Amino acid sequence: MSATDTTTQERPIGRRGPYAELFFALMRSGTFLTGFAIVLFWVICALFGEHFTPYDPLADDIINALSPPSAEHWFGTDQIGRDVFSRVIVGSRDILTVAPLATLLATVAGTALGLFTGYFRGIADDIVSRVLEAFMAIPVVIVALLAIVALGTSKATVIVVIGLSFAPIIARTVRSAVLAERELDYVAAAQLRHESAFHTMFVEILPNVIPPILVETTVRLGYAIFAVATLSFMGFGIQPPSPDWGLSISNNYGMIGGGFWWTVLFDALAIASLVIGVNLVTDGIQGALND
Amino acid sequence: MTDPAKAATGMTANALDLNDLSVAYRVGGRNRAVLRNVSLSIGRGEAYGLVGESGCGKSTAALSVVRYLPRNGSITGGAIAIDGKDVMKLDAEALRRARAETVSMVYQDPGKALNPSIRIGRQLTEIFELAGITGKAAEERALAMLKRVRISDPVGVMQRYPHQLSGGMQQRVAIAMALANDPSMLILDEPTTGLDATVEAEVLDLIAQLRRELSASILFISHNLAVVSNMCDRVGVLYAGMLVEEGTTKDVFNDPRHPYTVALLRCLPRGGQRKDQGRLDTIPGFLPGIGATITGCAFADRCALADDRCRRELPPLYELGDGRLSRCHYHDKAQTLPRATPSDVKLPAPATAAEPVLRVENVNKTYASHGHALRAVKDVSLDLAPGETLGLVGESGSGKTTFARLLLGLVAPDEGGQITLEGKTLAPRLEGRGDDQVKAMQIVFQNPDSALNRSHSIRHLIGRALKRLAGLSGKALETRLDELVRSVRLTERHLAAKPRQLSGGLKQRVAIARAFAGDPRIVVCDEPTSALDVSVQAAILNLLADLQAKERVSYIFISHDLGVVRYLSDKIAVLYLGRIMELGPSEDVFSGPHHPYTEALLSAVPKLDRSESSRIRLDGEIPSATNPPPGCVFQTRCPRKIGAICESQEPPLVQAKPGHMIRCHIPYPELARLQKHGAAQSEPA
Repeated sequence: MSATDTTTQERPIGRRGPYAELFFALMRSGTFLTGFAIVLFWVICALFGEHFTPYDPLADDIINALSPPSAEHWFGTDQIGRDVFSRVIVGSRDILTVAPLATLLATVAGTALGLFTGYFRGIADDIVSRVLEAFMAIPVVIVALLAIVALGTSKATVIVVIGLSFAPIIARTVRSAVLAERELDYVAAAQLRHESAFHTMFVEILPNVIPPILVETTVRLGYAIFAVATLSFMGFGIQPPSPDWGLSISNNYGMIGGGFWWTVLFDALAIASLVIGVNLVTDGIQGALND
Repeated sequence: MTDPAKAATGMTANALDLNDLSVAYRVGGRNRAVLRNVSLSIGRGEAYGLVGESGCGKSTAALSVVRYLPRNGSITGGAIAIDGKDVMKLDAEALRRARAETVSMVYQDPGKALNPSIRIGRQLTEIFELAGITGKAAEERALAMLKRVRISDPVGVMQRYPHQLSGGMQQRVAIAMALANDPSMLILDEPTTGLDATVEAEVLDLIAQLRRELSASILFISHNLAVVSNMCDRVGVLYAGMLVEEGTTKDVFNDPRHPYTVALLRCLPRGGQRKDQGRLDTIPGFLPGIGATITGCAFADRCALADDRCRRELPPLYELGDGRLSRCHYHDKAQTLPRATPSDVKLPAPATAAEPVLRVENVNKTYASHGHALRAVKDVSLDLAPGETLGLVGESGSGKTTFARLLLGLVAPDEGGQITLEGKTLAPRLEGRGDDQVKAMQIVFQNPDSALNRSHSIRHLIGRALKRLAGLSGKALETRLDELVRSVRLTERHLAAKPRQLSGGLKQRVAIARAFAGDPRIVVCDEPTSALDVSVQAAILNLLADLQAKERVSYIFISHDLGVVRYLSDKIAVLYLGRIMELGPSEDVFSGPHHPYTEALLSAVPKLDRSESSRIRLDGEIPSATNPPPGCVFQTRCPRKIGAICESQEPPLVQAKPGHMIRCHIPYPELARLQKHGAAQSEPA
């Protein structure tokens, strides 16, 4: 019997696992590395920014209020003399707490919903999907207004509001990926072992739909950053005295007319750079997965 | 190298000359050789077959003829000449003209060769417009081309989109497109591989007829030796990118002079060979990876005849006379190649007298399709004895897979039928069946890439099955896992791998191990070898036969390859439009007298050692199951239709002789008389 088959003996087991392959592809992707560098810069600012800012971002200095960029104040000072450079650096902290947590919430809730609707299909899918679509039709700002009236303003409220408004979008992506996986024979094989629906969804199907979830999550993160900044700008988001970017723009945009552009420009650039950074990361991952 | 065809035709230039051609693909920053110094010539009007297992460089050879290699491929040496013109020296414009006018290619998947959003007529007309014919004239030429490939309703086909045509019709259109500009060289790369045997036979007939009408030379690439043997004048065998044997088709297949060819031919179940008559031979080891450095003979590692000289010294292409070439130092001894697999086998006969392990009574499955009822399975009844193999055959769309899924409970049958497993009635759906019933019936799917979860390791895949199906855990699970892995001839080191890291054959072994985890009574095998090379197929078939002998398991074996079905099956059910047309012991069904449909199926199989005289051809495609023909469902294509009764009355499944049932209006003795003449030739190769 042992002579029957030497065919199984020799083939070398080469080739890296899929995630190792993704990692190496990302390390070769200029798009990803650029985006990653930008995001990493802001993450470091958020974590350690207060230790290397030249001034206390909250300390006012009325005498030097609204001074233009100079060697002393690289980005100038605002209405009450706070150093704009220090505020921009530290201003990354709240947005980089709230936006990722909101995205995480959206991903977890959306993935669970997507797995459920895609796996069970039929009537359960129809009902849940219609409800989610109705939910998606309501603008985030309206939801935020209602939530703030009901719950009061806090970071937690912002996280919940953005998380729950993005969840249906992630659910839709996950659902379509699950529908495709559902047709594969390994799902039938799991049923032929009498596996529970929970096992089939989370142990069998979930690992195979991670790539689209990863892409969708990074896309949502970009939008979440934007949404947090918008809500803060409108006064529903992060509250004073935080040096948050959206909040700073909101406090200072009236000054542009007076020629005090530096009070707004650098915060706006900061938001833009972070969103662009996240989008570059997304593009890089998407490109690497499609290769 | 001398070329007999050249001498025979007396022409100055061959249709195609490859001279010392080497091709490499750049992978991971390194050039890896795919073709190594291949020289071959195709004379004018000649059909040349190129055979070999996947990965040996067949398709690369075809693509390099018109310098159509993928971006990372390059010709690293040698010369290609079409009609005596050096292809390597052509500039971009001349190359474009050569591709447009001189050489045409037909690929395996016609669905991909046709533009899905353009009507067939437009796509064909375009080719003539490129050649400078305009307006109405081009359209007429397009229509004439469709008539030439004998497509039914050519005027209608012009108006249709590719997806509205069946696979066989699509391939006809692809051939029509390839022939449109009257090429002098036609390259066919696995043109019938995705098609049903009956459709394949039609397409091959068409190619053979066209050959007589046209002057084109043909380079025919196929992994199917029988197809090549029916279509080609001469054949070349490729191994690891090297031409290892060449000669006339008849010589090479009847009197192979290279151990690889010898081994390849032995892997096929031929001449009605059955599992109890001995194991199939296999080829040990693996094809060298692309770009591997080869010193000595490339086949030496897998060749039982190889000695030190073979490993040291690359054999030249020895000329054996009559245009025969063999790249083997011991070409005169090639046929004495010892078997890689002992043929001895002890198979207990199935316990047909015992209580059947599975009994299926009047099972139906109807799907709703756009408001019509689609009868995928109609009124199927059969028994399966312990240790018995039931072969399910029929064209695609005949309901084989649906029937298998009904048995497994993945699809619920219509109310009314009954499936009994070991005396107990089975619930229609899996959820209603007990754990014991579920583990008793398992399946090996056709495509292991779909059946094995790509995120899990082999250890997890098999271990989970043992846990769920055999209820094992801890130490006991480890021990059994080890045993099971060894019984399917995998090794410890495969356990940590993910499915994608294994070859197709190894993946199928994992799937088999998983199916056997809970000591099943019945294993459904749904085309388990259709994606595998012949040598791997042989190993898998041997494994299935060995496991059956050891475990006394029953198989339901689905395959379109009748040679394979015949090898494994004790009993055959022939399905057509969801109905059993014939059911009986394997020997009776194959040797006949049989149902006219079975007769046609058998006749469609290309055979290695038979002339194409007494072939029966089925016209057209299998009718739609939403609207089956009245009377006998087979009457629209039946070559032995007797008259009005076939159109008005569905024949019952009647017992022709004990255990052998046939659904036909023609009485059994009459069938015997009609088929007596052809029976001798209907042995599958």
